[in-house]
Order: sequence, then C-alpha cells, then structure tokens
Amino acid sequence: MKRLIASVLAAVVISGAAQAETLRIGTEGAYPPFNQIDKEGNLIGFDVDIAKALCVAMKVECKFVTQDWDGIIPGLMAKKYDAIVASMSITAERKKAVDFSERYYSNTLRYVSKKGSSFDAKMVKGKNVGAQRATISSQYLEEKYGKDVSLKLYDTQENAWLDLTSGRLDAVLADSLVNYNWLKSPEAKGFEFSGDTIDINDQIGIAVRKGDALAGRLSKAIKDIVADGTYAKINAKYFPFSIY
Amino acid sequence: MNFEAMIEALPKLLEGTVLTLELVAFSLVIGMIFALPIALMRVSSNGFIRVIPYCYIFFFRGTPLLVQIFLVYYGASQFEVVRESSLWPILREPYWCAIIAFSMNTGAYTAEILRGAMQAVPHGQLEAARTLGMSTPMAYRRIVIPQAIRIGLPAYGNEVILMIKGSALASTITLLDLMGMTRTIIAKNYLAVEMFLAAGLIYLVLSFVFTQGFKYLELKITKDLRPHEVTNL
Repeated sequence: MKRLIASVLAAVVISGAAQAETLRIGTEGAYPPFNQIDKEGNLIGFDVDIAKALCVAMKVECKFVTQDWDGIIPGLMAKKYDAIVASMSITAERKKAVDFSERYYSNTLRYVSKKGSSFDAKMVKGKNVGAQRATISSQYLEEKYGKDVSLKLYDTQENAWLDLTSGRLDAVLADSLVNYNWLKSPEAKGFEFSGDTIDINDQIGIAVRKGDALAGRLSKAIKDIVADGTYAKINAKYFPFSIY
Repeated sequence: MNFEAMIEALPKLLEGTVLTLELVAFSLVIGMIFALPIALMRVSSNGFIRVIPYCYIFFFRGTPLLVQIFLVYYGASQFEVVRESSLWPILREPYWCAIIAFSMNTGAYTAEILRGAMQAVPHGQLEAARTLGMSTPMAYRRIVIPQAIRIGLPAYGNEVILMIKGSALASTITLLDLMGMTRTIIAKNYLAVEMFLAAGLIYLVLSFVFTQGFKYLELKITKDLRPHEVTNL
C-alpha cells in the first residue's frame, strides 16, 4: 500500500514537472497600440505580440493578467504575475523597486494639442497639461516644471485625451508612439503633434521582481527575436519605422 | 512595513485630507439645501408634484456614484452646447464637477431620510396643529420638521460617513483628494501597502470624529425622550 501511494505521488510529481513552465505576464490593456482589449475582449497590441513571441523563444507558456496602470508594480511585487510587459520605461526610481530586462523598444515623449494652438515646450508654464498618472510623462513634467505647470493626472491615457478634446487641457504629454497612434483616430480630428520630440533616452523594458533570474532570460529572448526577424515582423504590423 | 515612509508621506496626505473635507462639507451643505424642498415635494398629496423628486431620487440612489461623477465630468463635456455655454467655466473644473455629483447624490439620500422621518411623525399631530389654526406650512415648520430632524439624525449620520468614504472617487477625475494624493505618492515610491494603510487610518479618524459628533448631537436633542435618571428615592 505504501509503495502504491509512493508511486502515485511520484507519477504526479513527474507529470507536473513535464508540463511547460507558465509565465504570468502583467499588462494594462488600456494603452493602444501597445496593449489594449479589442471588441471581442481579447488582449491585443505590440506589447502582447512581443510577449507572446518571447514566450515562444523561451519555450514557456504565456498567461496574461490585466492590471490598472498605477497598481502594476505593486501587483508584480505581490506576485500576481511574474513580468510586466506594458510599455514600461526603465527609470532609476523603478529600478529601486524592480529589475528590468534589456530594452525591447525605445521611446520619446511629445505633446499633442489643438491644431493651430502652436503649443510648445516654452509655453508649458501656467497651462493645463495632462498626463497619465505614474508614467514617465507625468514624472518629466513634475520634475521639469514642478508647480509652474497645472498638471492633471489621469488613471488612463484615454481619459487624458478625452479631456484634451473637451478643452479642459491645453496639451497632453505622452509617449510619441502612443500619441502618434491616437492622432490617427477620428476623435483626434483637429489635433496635432506640437513642439519638438522630447528625447530623454527612454528605454522600454520588461519589469520583474528584484533578483529574479527571469530578467536575464527575457533579455536573451529579446535578442533572439530581434535576430531571427520576428521582432521586425511585429514592428511592421504597428509602425512603418523601426522602434527598437 | 516601512513606517518611516508613512510618516514622510503624512504632510502630503494631510494636504489631500483638507481637499477631501472641503468636498464633503460643500456637498453636504448643498445636498441638504436640495433635500428639504425635495422631501417636502415627496410627501405632497399631489401626484404630479411627487413624480419629479421620485425620478430624481430613483436615478441618484439607483446608479453608482462613480457613474454619476463620470457623467458630470466626462459626459457633459462631450457636448458642444455645454462647452459653449456660460456654465462651462464651472463644468470644466474637476473640483466643481465633483461637488455637483456629490451634492446631487447626497441630496437624494438626504431627501429620502427626511421623507421617511416626516412620515414617521404621527399624522394626528398635523391634524391637531391644523385644528389649532396653524396653516399647513406653519404646522410643518413648527411641528413636523423639528421632530423629523430628530428622527432622521441617526440615518443622516450614516449618510455623512458614506459621503466621506465615497468622496475617494474624486481621485478618478484628477483631483488630489486624500485618495488621489495616496495614489500619486504610490506612483513614486511603490509602497502600496504602507500608503493605503496610512490613508485608511486617516479615513478612519475622520469617520470616528464624525460618528462621535453625531452621537453627541443625538444625545443633545433627544434628552427628553430618554428615561429620567433616578437618583434618590
């Protein structure tokens, strides 16, 4: 009897180990074109495609978890998922809390405002400028202008644009690529990029918990998909220029 | 647990608390001003007069406060007419949008509390007052409403607490109230547990102060209803 139990246990353990490792990936699902939820409720976007390609390269199974942006790092620390693939900039502040893989794309910031408002960086003082809370854009505005700018923080990027179109905001600062995508939408009629591109050497990486060896494996997988052309294919699906 | 960070964040959190109290106080006062006429309309014997407050209360009690706040803030601003109207300087400010949504919400609840309380005053008293030659408005002013306030006070105390907690939704429309401030701090230090705990403690203190206040008020205005203390027989 004892032997039987032992062999059953062994069988369970072995079959468990034979299953592919599952990687739980946290993303926001409200940041087009990088991660968003389509009409059928599926998670789509550049981040999602990249994450899936990385999982294939790492021979693991991907499972996505959506999480509101301002709780996305706390969620990682609380082990709700193992990696964040959600267009997260690698910053010194975040590095205190989490580890990052190498970059999987590069980013710049740029304002959008009403056509003809000729808004630019020199006009920021005293203006109502919107950004998503807990993003590199909000941090940039806070650090650069402090109390000189009337900064409005939004839970989602879409709400910031909504307030731009309603006229509550003079401009929205966000990732250039995200604003680029928005400007193509019908809601953005009458709005345009304004001012120069703000290059703060922003690199987008995958966040993992501190000390997790996953960071190295992800970095290697990123190199692999760039080398084998998978990356370029995904890139072309969203942007007519390379964003690596 | 990082207690140092909690203490460090305290000045900012208290700054947010001031805004929370401001929003709640304004909304309660405006809500109360709304509530009395609405409650009086609700107890009217005329069906046409009753139907307007009924619809208002039905909507504001039956939908989530978050929906109401979004409708006022993001909804109204979608219309060109609203943006070009003279109300826009008010409606463009998240501060006033929050106060409008909160006042309408608490107004509906308060009206219902008042209605219930007025109907709890025995009808015979109103008749007696009329017999003594008082007009109906005077009878309401002197007889019904003072008693209704006493009856409705415990329920109203509850509503005030709910309003304090509900005001956290102001953070969803860019306001840096206690909740908004907490979330903004977490965006920088990622100490979600510590910061939410600190914010929770401040909300607890606020609720405690208000419950004690209402308890005191209740004791004060119901003195005659309690049994007399018997000392030496």
